Parts: sequence; structure tokens; C-alpha cells
Amino acid sequence: MIDPRLVLVLSAVLLALGVVGVLTSSSAISILMCVELMLNAGNLALITFARIRGGPEAQIYVFFVMTLAAAEAAAGLAIVIALFRLRGTTDVDEINLLKW
Amino acid sequence: MLKLIWLIPVLPLVGVAINGLFGQRLSRAAVAVIGCGVVLVALGVSAGAVLELSRLDAGARYFETTLGTWIPMGPMGAAGTMTAIPWGFALDPLSSIMILVVTGVGFLIHVYSVAYMEHEEGFARFFVYMNLFMSMMLTLVLGSNLLVTFVGWEGVGLCSYLLIGFFYDRPFDARTGLSCADAGRKAFLVNRVGDFAFVIGMLYLITTFGTLDYRGIAAAITGAGGAHHALLVTVGILLFVGACGKSAQIPLYVWLPDAMAGPTPVSALIHAATMVTAGVYMVVRMSTLYAHAPEAMGVIAVVGAATAIFAATMGITATDIKKVLAYSTVSQLGYMFAAAGVGAYTAAIFHLMTHAFFKALLFLGAGSVIHGQHGEQDITKMGGLRSKLPVTFATFMTATLAIAGIFPLAGFFSKDEILWGAWSSGNKIVWGVLALSAGLTAFYMFRLTFLVFYGNYRGDPRTFHHAHESPRAMTVPLMTLAALSVVGGWIGIPAVLGTTFLGGDVNVFHRWLQPAVAAGHAEAAAGEAAGASLEFALMGAALAIALAGIGIAFVIYRQREGAAASIAATFRPVYTMWRNLYWVDELYEAAILKPFYAISRISSGFDRFVIDGLVNAAAIVADLTGQILKLFQTGYVRNYALVFLMGVVAMLVYLATV
Repeated sequence: MIDPRLVLVLSAVLLALGVVGVLTSSSAISILMCVELMLNAGNLALITFARIRGGPEAQIYVFFVMTLAAAEAAAGLAIVIALFRLRGTTDVDEINLLKW
Repeated sequence: MLKLIWLIPVLPLVGVAINGLFGQRLSRAAVAVIGCGVVLVALGVSAGAVLELSRLDAGARYFETTLGTWIPMGPMGAAGTMTAIPWGFALDPLSSIMILVVTGVGFLIHVYSVAYMEHEEGFARFFVYMNLFMSMMLTLVLGSNLLVTFVGWEGVGLCSYLLIGFFYDRPFDARTGLSCADAGRKAFLVNRVGDFAFVIGMLYLITTFGTLDYRGIAAAITGAGGAHHALLVTVGILLFVGACGKSAQIPLYVWLPDAMAGPTPVSALIHAATMVTAGVYMVVRMSTLYAHAPEAMGVIAVVGAATAIFAATMGITATDIKKVLAYSTVSQLGYMFAAAGVGAYTAAIFHLMTHAFFKALLFLGAGSVIHGQHGEQDITKMGGLRSKLPVTFATFMTATLAIAGIFPLAGFFSKDEILWGAWSSGNKIVWGVLALSAGLTAFYMFRLTFLVFYGNYRGDPRTFHHAHESPRAMTVPLMTLAALSVVGGWIGIPAVLGTTFLGGDVNVFHRWLQPAVAAGHAEAAAGEAAGASLEFALMGAALAIALAGIGIAFVIYRQREGAAASIAATFRPVYTMWRNLYWVDELYEAAILKPFYAISRISSGFDRFVIDGLVNAAAIVADLTGQILKLFQTGYVRNYALVFLMGVVAMLVYLATV
């Protein structure tokens, strides 16, 4: 039995990695992947809490998050593809048409 | 025919519709036939209706027809009666005279216009306006309540505006720098002043008596038996102010001389024969009210008499042929109001009718003179036109004699009846003023005739050489009106003359009109009692004054060359004052327009700097805020994500510390 606190630390590290990735990466694909990473860090934390509490609720949340993440990835990738077709790039710094 | 009286105002509208919609594509002949035709049919219907009316008993000569309810108003007035204002038309002896004069004289002037306007642009437009005017004027006189009359009242004002400004691209008056369009605007604006009072008067009436119907008002006033006296005086004066605007009385007469900017037939029809007499008609129509408001009648008598003499003096020095006639019209309207003011309502309407004949004739004659000389209007440049324009001269002379009040022409009888009404009702000062202005009228009219038709031509000899008599379409209406100016007075021969010389009272006019106007004036009955000899003496005096006026004009303008100039030089201050029309226009300019412009400038400044400033300040604030806030919109998604993260961290820190 691993100490749940270690798992929570891992979850926090994964989340931090995701955040840093989102903030530093300029590729839309990388950003999406980092977002996925952050979501899964959350999932990990939820599973851990489920284990600590011994109930099923948190596991149900995880299923919701996973479904949501799948949908988000599909929509996000579709947008990225559309963007790429339109502008020939996936660099989010170039996509600033709505700026003054 | 009586049931068809609603057709009378509608018929000219048919002409308006046809000529207005298709006039551009129709030939001039077709436009003329339609324009004159609808008026002729209206004249026929009017004549038929009046004939049928005359077959009824004297007391029962009233016919009303309603086209439907116009304004349902709910309970109104002190009694709270349910009120609805209908589209009602009524024919009684008073309106019967008006419709005959309007359609009769109107038809002659329409025919005249066909030839007069032959070479002008906008031939169809002219007839559309003229027909619209006829329709509105007939609505005015046939309306069975004040509000329907008011529709016509405003309608004729609109047509007056349109027709004064008919030559909207031409200049009009060098002295004041007015263009024809300005003159039209002036007429319209001055009339607004009067109409404002008129509307307030109507509101007082409907809130007090709960009706605007003429018969209803009369019945309510009679029934109230002396109650509401102050209100009646107020309403009487308010309505009279409205009449002052429409009928060019002091102080609202200033628009009429400038209304001469319109084509001459318009001056004849609208600004002499019909529209300007609407005020007189309205006052006589409301005679029951005025009979219960003697103070208001006093105001009318004084204003009328003052206008009569005031305008006559301005007519003496005018040099534009149409302006002389315009001042004469103002003066004669003053006569009619003075008559109404002393209670001689019949005399007022009688003079209205005879004046319509001879003043329309004078204007049409003046139009013929102008037409014959290709547009010259300055009488100081005319002279000796008698030989060139024989028909015009003969008819013009007839009208001049008629307006001067020479026996036995129309003007003699109507003027005499007014003078007798003034004297017998005890207004001796009004009589004096009116008699004096009768002398002045004779003087300036003969001055005009002598300057235009006698002596030598003073303008360009070539113009004289080319001067020509007008075509038959113009001379026939002149001759018809001349005949009416002669015989028109014979239907109103004073009782004293009738009984003395003709073996009985033959005053048909008086008998016809009597059921339609309020009694209570001293006119006929008291006149007989006061003695026929006095009436004869006054008649003789009036005639003598008129002859004296003619004599003086003859001496000054025919016998002694240069007499006019030397007299003008001797009485230079008076002459200058009259030439400049008592500086009334200048007075209005200084007392009303200048302050008005000043207030306008202040308001405009307030609007531009304060109101606009506030609006601009709001825009500037929004703009500055945007300028600052846009710095946060970098366009870099990662910036936003960073801010988002910082927000989340801040929230977490906050939650952790609480």
C-alpha cells in the first residue's frame, strides 16, 4: 500500500508540469496535450481521495472528467485542424486577429 | 340638391387628384378644362342647393348633412355631455351666400387664369393649388362646426402659402430683400400667431359647452342666459385674433401686402375676394357669441376701424399697382370688421360680397394691365393706357367707382349700410373714421386709375408700343365681374331708399340673411324710428366725402403737373412715414425678430457647447477607458492563461487564509 500522500504529490507535480507546458508552449497541439496532462493529474488526485474515503463518488467524477476530456480533445483538435487549414500554422501567438 | 352639398367641397378635390397625378402628362388645354370644369360643376351644385334652400320657409332654411363621426371625445363640458365631432356640412342663408361668391367668383378667376398663366411654368401645379384652395374654402364655409371650419381655415392657409410662393425662385421686394418664397413663409408664420389664439378659443368653447357645433354653441349661450360672460368675452377676442391673422387686421396685417408675390389671379381669388374674408365670415357665424360679449365687439369695431384708415393711408403712397390694391383690401376688410363690431352683421356680409366682386375685378384688371405690358407693375412708369387697353380700362373704372362708393354701384349700398350701422348703433367715432377712410379710398383708387390709364406713358416707349389688350378668356371674366359690381348692390337696397322711391322694402339680402345671424343690433328697426331724413343726410355725406376724394385726386394727378411731388415735399415727414408703411415691418423686426434671433443664438450656443459638450465628454470617457483597457488584451493566449492561473492561485490563497 503506497502512501496516498506520495500519490497526491505526484498528482501535484503532473499538474505543475501541465501548467508550465500551457504557459510556455506556443504550439496549439502542445497546449492541448498539457491540458490533458492537467486533467489527468486531477483524475489521479480524485482516485486517491476515493481510496482514502472508501466511497464510489470520486470514481464516478473521474469517469465524467474522462468523458469530458475526450470531448474536449475532439473539439480542440478539430479547431486546431481548421486553424491550420486556414492560416497554415498552429502557433497560438500568430492567431491574434481579434486583438485591437 | 340639398343632400348633395357635401359634393361641393369634394368636387374641386377631384380636379386636384386628376391634375395633381396626371397633370404633367396632360395637355394644357386638358388641365384647364378639368381645373375650371370642376369649379363650374361645384357652382352648379351650389346654385341648385341654394335654390332649393330658398323654397323652404324663412325660419326653416337650414340643412345639415353628416359624413360620419370624426373625433369621438367622451363626456365634455360643464354638463358632461357625450361629445363627438362629426364631419358635418351645413347650408344656411349665410353659408349659401359664401358658396355662391366663392364658386362664382372662383370660376371666373379660374377661366381668367387659363389665359394669364398660359406662358408660365407649372401650369398644372397652379391649377392643382387653385382647386385645392376652392375645396378648402368651401369646407371652411360649409362646415357645421368650428373644427371642420378650422380644417378649411388651415387648408386655405396652406394654399395661400403655396400660391404666394408659386414663383419660388424669383425675387419679390427690393426694399426688404424678400423673395417670393420668403413672402409665402411670412404669410404662413404670421397666420400661425392668429391660429394659436383660434385654437385656444375653440378649446375654451368645447370644455365649457361640450360642443363645437355652431347651432349647439348658439343654443348653449342663449340657454345660459348671461352666464359665462367673462369666458365669452375671452373666447370672442381669441377667435377674433385668429380672424386678424387670416383677414389681415392690425397687428397681423403685414403678410397681405407681401402676399402680392403670388400670381395676380391668386391675389384676386385668395387675397382679395375669398380667403381673407374668412375671418369676417367666422365672426358673423359666431354672432350669437359676440352679441353676448359686447366688450369683444368693441375690440372688433375699434381694430376694424383703425385698420380701415391705417391701411388706406399706406395705399396712398404705394407705387406698385398690386400693393395699392393690397392695402385697399386690408382697409376694406377693416370696414367689414367694423361693421361686425357694431352689430351690423348683415352689412358686413353684404360688403364682403360686393367687395369680392369689385376687388376681384380690380385685381384681374391690374393683372390685365401687367400682362399687357409684359410684367411692369410700377404705376409711376405707366400712364395713358386707356387707349391701349379699352376693355380693361372700362371695367377697372367701373370697379374703381364701385369701391369709391358712387351711387348706384355695389360699393355704395354696402358701404352706406356699414356707415349707417355704425351711426345708428351709437358708434359715432367709428362712423367718422370709416367715413374718412371712404374718402381716402376714393382718393387712392382714383390716383391709381389716373396714373395708370391717363396722361402720358412714363416708362419705356417700346413697352407702350407693344402694350396690348388681353385675350377674351381674360376680358370676359372682367366684363362679368364689372356687371356684378354694378348690379350686385341692388339686392341690398336700404329700406329707407326702397320705401321712399320703390314703393316698399326691397332689401332681399337683409331678409335672406336675417334668420342666420344674431339679432340685437340697432340696424333696421331703430333706423326707421330714428328718421329717414337723418339716414338720407348721412348717405349724402358719405357720397360727398367720396366725391371730394375723387376731386382731390383729379386736381393733384390730372390738372396740375408735379402737384403730387410738391405736396409730398411739403409734408415730407408724413410722406416718408407712409412710404415706409409706418415702419411696422421694421418695428416687428426690432421688437420680435431681433430678440428672437438673439434667443436663438443663445440656445444654439447652449446646444452646441453644453448639450453637445456633455455628449462628447461621455464619448471621450468611453474612449479613454477603452484605450487603457485594450492594453490588457495582448492577443497572446498564454498571457491570458497566466492571468487565469494567477487568478486561481489568488483565489486558493484567499480560501486557504480564510
